[in-house]
Amino acid sequence: MVNVAIVDYGMGNLRSVEQALRSVAPEAEIVVTDDARVIAQADRVVFPGQGAMPDCMRELDGRGLRAAVLEAARSKPFLGICIGLQMLFEHSAEGDVAGLGLLRGEVLRFAANMHDTQGNKLKVPHMGWNQVGHLTDHPLWNGIDQDARFYFVHSYYVKPQDTDLIQATSDYPQPFVCAVARDNLFGVQFHPEKSQAAGLKLLQNFVQWNP
Amino acid sequence: MLAKRIIPCLDVTHGRVVKGVSFVSLRDAGDPVEIARRYDDQGADELTFLDITASSDDRGIIFRIIEQVASQVFIPLTVGGGVREVNDVRNLLNAGADKVSINTSAVLNPQLVADASSRYGSQCIVVAIDAKQVAPERWEVFTHGGRKATGLDVVEWSKNMQSLGAGEILLTSMDRDGQKNGFDLALTRRVTDALEIPVIASGGVGNLQHLADGVTLGGADAVLAASIFHFGEYTVQQAKQFMKTQGIEVRL
Repeated sequence: MVNVAIVDYGMGNLRSVEQALRSVAPEAEIVVTDDARVIAQADRVVFPGQGAMPDCMRELDGRGLRAAVLEAARSKPFLGICIGLQMLFEHSAEGDVAGLGLLRGEVLRFAANMHDTQGNKLKVPHMGWNQVGHLTDHPLWNGIDQDARFYFVHSYYVKPQDTDLIQATSDYPQPFVCAVARDNLFGVQFHPEKSQAAGLKLLQNFVQWNP
Repeated sequence: MLAKRIIPCLDVTHGRVVKGVSFVSLRDAGDPVEIARRYDDQGADELTFLDITASSDDRGIIFRIIEQVASQVFIPLTVGGGVREVNDVRNLLNAGADKVSINTSAVLNPQLVADASSRYGSQCIVVAIDAKQVAPERWEVFTHGGRKATGLDVVEWSKNMQSLGAGEILLTSMDRDGQKNGFDLALTRRVTDALEIPVIASGGVGNLQHLADGVTLGGADAVLAASIFHFGEYTVQQAKQFMKTQGIEVRL
């Protein structure tokens, strides 16, 4: 039986991720855990996150989970979601903090006073359903239409130094990176667990993925 | 491009969805879990549940409803009503809510908004404002389900809430609520222009043109409606198709 660990470092609501994974993988064992040993033994790891990056980094370290997360991200199918994607990078403008540094690049804030082509003000956080344009045919996009909409809620976005990692972009109003991948690792800025059919499909693809 | 959101609102009391007119005279609209599933099928972008009794006796009911909905419906869920302390926020998030809406308690204790957003993130803190026009170009914040005047100016108050960490404003016109003659567009425009965070327009939707006007004329980032969906006048899908014909970006 496949065993998926959802990393719990005390930030935000992990129930949604858990429920969505249960729905797409009823045969799998889904555990929400803050135990480094459980993460080490899991077949797959989901690294979600909500809230502010400085708090997330502090809580992760406070629970002694940094090494376990880094090890999982290097060795087994690993899915970072939202802050869980941002934390993989070297540095975030949110609170001017260092991330885990697994991927080179930084996390930046959307500009103030952005407008769309019709002159309407674009709000921050970027909140709601936006189109995701795939740049690759990564297995996690299987069965998901080009420009399918996913649910986003964030004020910061990642800017990888290595552009080969970029799997998808979205526009707000300029293109920003909303999915990256390297080897066994995949990270998304949007919330697949809250993105109805397209999101559930991506989670199902993750559970079946053999990098 | 980011889509404008359509959010059906479920007012819940004693485990049932109800709908009132200007905050009084309730009418039964059905089982919350069943209705939530139906709106999800129709393509709702989010769902909002307001626990309108929120007495301590009934508190457990809304948790059970949210737990049931969250295990079947994979779109964002907002829950409000009776949120008084950070623990209430935590309990609702644990039950499966993605966002928590704070109304009266934000006025009584603005620090709650700051504490909750710094603990759980701005993305999950919605401040709900019940607004009533008191003079030309002036709207005042009311609390306790619209019964108590606060003397606070709605535009100033919404900016204050933004600075304390609210991630979104749910703006209800009490004058329009249940009247079915459209949003208070002047109010909506004033608030959305004053803020950097998204604004959900609420109160007064009677037809699909009203929804579209909320976005095109009011400048709202999302539109909320209850009775036009509950009583089968329109489906969420019809609303989206109509908004699309008005040049509004929607998720179909």
